[in-house]
Amino acid sequence: MAPLLSVRELRTWFAEDALTAKAVDGVSFDLARGETLGIVGESGSGKSVTTLSIMRLIPQPPGRIVSGEIVFDGQDLRALPAEAMRRIRGKRIAMIFQDPMTSLNPFMRVSQQLMEVTRLHLGLSKAEAYEHAVQMLETVGIPDARNRVDGYPHEFSGGMRQRVMIAMALSCKPELLIADEPTTALDVTIQAQILELITNLKRDTGTSVILITHDLGVVAGMTDRIMVMYAGRVFETAPTAELFARPSNPYTVGLLASVPDPTDDAHAELYQIPGLPPDVARLPPGCPFAPRCARAERICREQSPPLIQLTPQHQSLCHFAQELYDAAGTPTAATGDEGAR
Amino acid sequence: MSTGGAPLVEVENLTVHFPLSAPSLLDRLRGTGRHRVVQAVDGVSLSINAGETLGLVGESGCGKTTLGRAILRLVEPTGGRVVIRGVDIAALPHAELRRQRRHMQMIFQDPYASLDPRMTVGQIIAEPIHTHGLGTGDTAREMVRDLMATVGLSERFINRYPHEFSGGQQQRIGIARALASQPDFIVADEPISALDVSIQAQIINLIERLQRERHLTYLFISHDLRAIRHTSDRVAVMYLGQVVELADAKQLYRRPLMPYTKALISAVPVPDPVVEAKRQRIVLQGDVPSPIDPPSGCRFNTRCPFVVEACRQHAPELLEIEPGHFARCIRISPLYPDIDAVAPGATPGLA
Amino acid sequence: MATPSSSLAVPPADAPRADAPVTGTSLGKDAVKRLRKNRLAVFGFVVVCIVVAASLVGPWIIERATGYTYDYIPTDPSLVNAQPPFTAPDGSFSWMHPMGTDDAGRDILARVLLGGRISLMVGVISTFVSLIIGITVGATAGYVGGKVDEAIMRGVDVLYSIPYMMVVIVLLAFFGGRSAIGQLVLLFIALGAVSWLTMARIVRGQVMSLKSQEFILAARATGVPASRIILRHLVPNTLGPVIVYATLTIPSVMLLESFLSFLGLGVQAPLASWGSLAADGIQNIAVFPWQLICPGLTMAITLFSLNFLGDGLRDALDPQMRKG
Repeated sequence: MAPLLSVRELRTWFAEDALTAKAVDGVSFDLARGETLGIVGESGSGKSVTTLSIMRLIPQPPGRIVSGEIVFDGQDLRALPAEAMRRIRGKRIAMIFQDPMTSLNPFMRVSQQLMEVTRLHLGLSKAEAYEHAVQMLETVGIPDARNRVDGYPHEFSGGMRQRVMIAMALSCKPELLIADEPTTALDVTIQAQILELITNLKRDTGTSVILITHDLGVVAGMTDRIMVMYAGRVFETAPTAELFARPSNPYTVGLLASVPDPTDDAHAELYQIPGLPPDVARLPPGCPFAPRCARAERICREQSPPLIQLTPQHQSLCHFAQELYDAAGTPTAATGDEGAR
Repeated sequence: MSTGGAPLVEVENLTVHFPLSAPSLLDRLRGTGRHRVVQAVDGVSLSINAGETLGLVGESGCGKTTLGRAILRLVEPTGGRVVIRGVDIAALPHAELRRQRRHMQMIFQDPYASLDPRMTVGQIIAEPIHTHGLGTGDTAREMVRDLMATVGLSERFINRYPHEFSGGQQQRIGIARALASQPDFIVADEPISALDVSIQAQIINLIERLQRERHLTYLFISHDLRAIRHTSDRVAVMYLGQVVELADAKQLYRRPLMPYTKALISAVPVPDPVVEAKRQRIVLQGDVPSPIDPPSGCRFNTRCPFVVEACRQHAPELLEIEPGHFARCIRISPLYPDIDAVAPGATPGLA
Repeated sequence: MATPSSSLAVPPADAPRADAPVTGTSLGKDAVKRLRKNRLAVFGFVVVCIVVAASLVGPWIIERATGYTYDYIPTDPSLVNAQPPFTAPDGSFSWMHPMGTDDAGRDILARVLLGGRISLMVGVISTFVSLIIGITVGATAGYVGGKVDEAIMRGVDVLYSIPYMMVVIVLLAFFGGRSAIGQLVLLFIALGAVSWLTMARIVRGQVMSLKSQEFILAARATGVPASRIILRHLVPNTLGPVIVYATLTIPSVMLLESFLSFLGLGVQAPLASWGSLAADGIQNIAVFPWQLICPGLTMAITLFSLNFLGDGLRDALDPQMRKG
């Protein structure tokens, strides 16, 4: 079956004084219907810019989508006129953001904000939209929804506000939900609630989800496939279980190794990826991860790494992808040691 | 509360209440004046031994940041005692308090916000040195260079400004500043929350290495259970202004006694899809109540899966359930430590 | 900016040992860079510089070139009349008086330049006075807070409600009438005393929001005494809005002064300020319009330029507050 979303060689660049920040530089991936794709990366990885590009929400100066194809349900989103794109946003592709404090309008009642979406996209009357809003709040688990729906955002807690955001996003039953760090700003017990909510809603509505996060634990429990991004490129893509079991990119290996493991001895030195996240306006030649890579050799600093297809589902952007993949398959796979330069 | 040996930091019944609004004149005349307060910290007692790291974990609104600041008296406690290195901090006059600050420092959560944007790195790190008369001129500069090397910053950047550095480097500057006055005790208030994952490991390693080299004592505050587990010797769990569980770190994670702690640990996502698929997560219902009007009795009773009627009436004490392991719940006792195994409705913890 | 790396114990490989410390780009330098990009602000700055330079050296140059000072009245009676700009008494073109002369034959350009000196001096010094008072009061109220803050700000509120013109007029009427210099000094103080109120509020607001910033808490945690916190940490960080407000206060003070001089209360003869020149000029506006237009235009251009500069400064300094 054709994928719901197909992104090919997306490049989104930002003009920064005299330099060009290549925030997204050649990103390609597919998203099947009903699938949950996790995008993992740190600052400068381009994960947020990728999805904002899909939504065509990139501020035109200084940013622009330089090249690439974004095909959603057979339609090239880049070719659409602005009006048509607007009709898609919120209705067929919805987005929720990290900070529920700032993504809700503090001066509008929650009911009004929910109604705005449905009246705009579904053409509901005021009364219908209001009922719909109450139902959505109940669906996302806000207690006493009928009485609370007329409240203002500041009257809700952080977790509740995020639920409201999810309600808004799902109001029109979108085919694709993009969740950009939806739980990063929340407490861990609230995070558990929200993630459970997203899982249940997904199951009930069959929505495809792109989940952006830096938390490897979150993707482990929530996603079907994971895409690891670094410096605007996709470094590795694999089904979730496979990525954790057989990471085939030094960056992925490093990320996995640097998360403290509860079964470890306390005070043992954590594996750390040396150096700093990349400055996408000043990337070195060759592989952008080379300055920090435990496995880097001369070729890495000279030539851009190739995209190696390890299995039909698993690809890695590295000169040594195959070697890492094979090594990870053996029982005593070793993690990288501290960086050579 | 201490596990033997001389405690460097002793906190007794520390309370921090913030007044919300004074009663209006009308209220006062009528005699119905009621001071509304935020009970940020309510009767916390703990101690930290020299060379130890006590982890303080809890979610937003639990009061852990306020507790950390109250211990250093950056926030005035409403009640209780804090004794650091044998000195009663709360009783000190201001000038003497400032002198004592030499020995007790803080690392902050937001690396950039904690640095004066108009001072160079060198000036920032040198400030404690000058303030406490530990060196002047060239001596001070030499000390700054040493500190920068210790935290892994190239001394080339001594004249740079904070905004020119990345988050992780800014945190290193903050750590260098905290070390500059040669303190014994450091409160690390969420030192890694604002940093990228790959940098968090660097900073944790740095903090731990410094402890070994300089025999530092830490109060490590965080909401990140994994970081706490890694860095702490003992852990205190806070909820709504109170310590609800206190134990050796390994113990706490292997065998949490409190329902809240169990839920907290269970909520942490594990970066292992196999584990995640299998695990039974305890998902708490509802929100954290407000510290302005905490629930009566046990503060966790509104969300606890093991709640009984008695929980709403009795405010439990922090009791030693197992050696070195304290919990605040009327449904467990030294004889019946396992709440999952306690008979329904039973409250063995009520004397 | 080099990409600094940070390994643990070993100095990073890209740090050559023999390097002298690299100087950093302070926020101030960043702001200057941005200011330079703002054409209007640069224009304003250039014009202000020209006016200031002209006011400082202009009178001296004119005296050398034409022998006219601001109060020189020609002895030749035929020259004691108003001439339009660039016109000799016989109607032919002349470089002698680019702005013409007034009734008494005095060179208007020389008077305008002197007026510039006076007006700018009044503007700058009064603003400086208001700066000193405003920063002191505002920083103290903002940092100390509580009852002290309440008391001070209620005082400021009361002072705000007093119509400033009345105060200044009363002050000038009461203590004035002495030497021209004395009058000037009185003007400085009166005008400065009147404009410190808003400065105090601005500084107080800044200090209050800065107070809760973590770097202030960090300074307290280090044990830095309050006086040093205010001086070393708070005041430098309030400089942004303060500079902007000061740059915008100068023109408003100058306008105030010109109004007072227009009323005859400000600068007294034989000294001149743009306001007093305008007052003189308006009497003859129908017949000799240049007597009003020349000082008026000069003043207007200067005020515009100061405002452009102030606006540009605000834009240049503002976002830096949030950088990082």
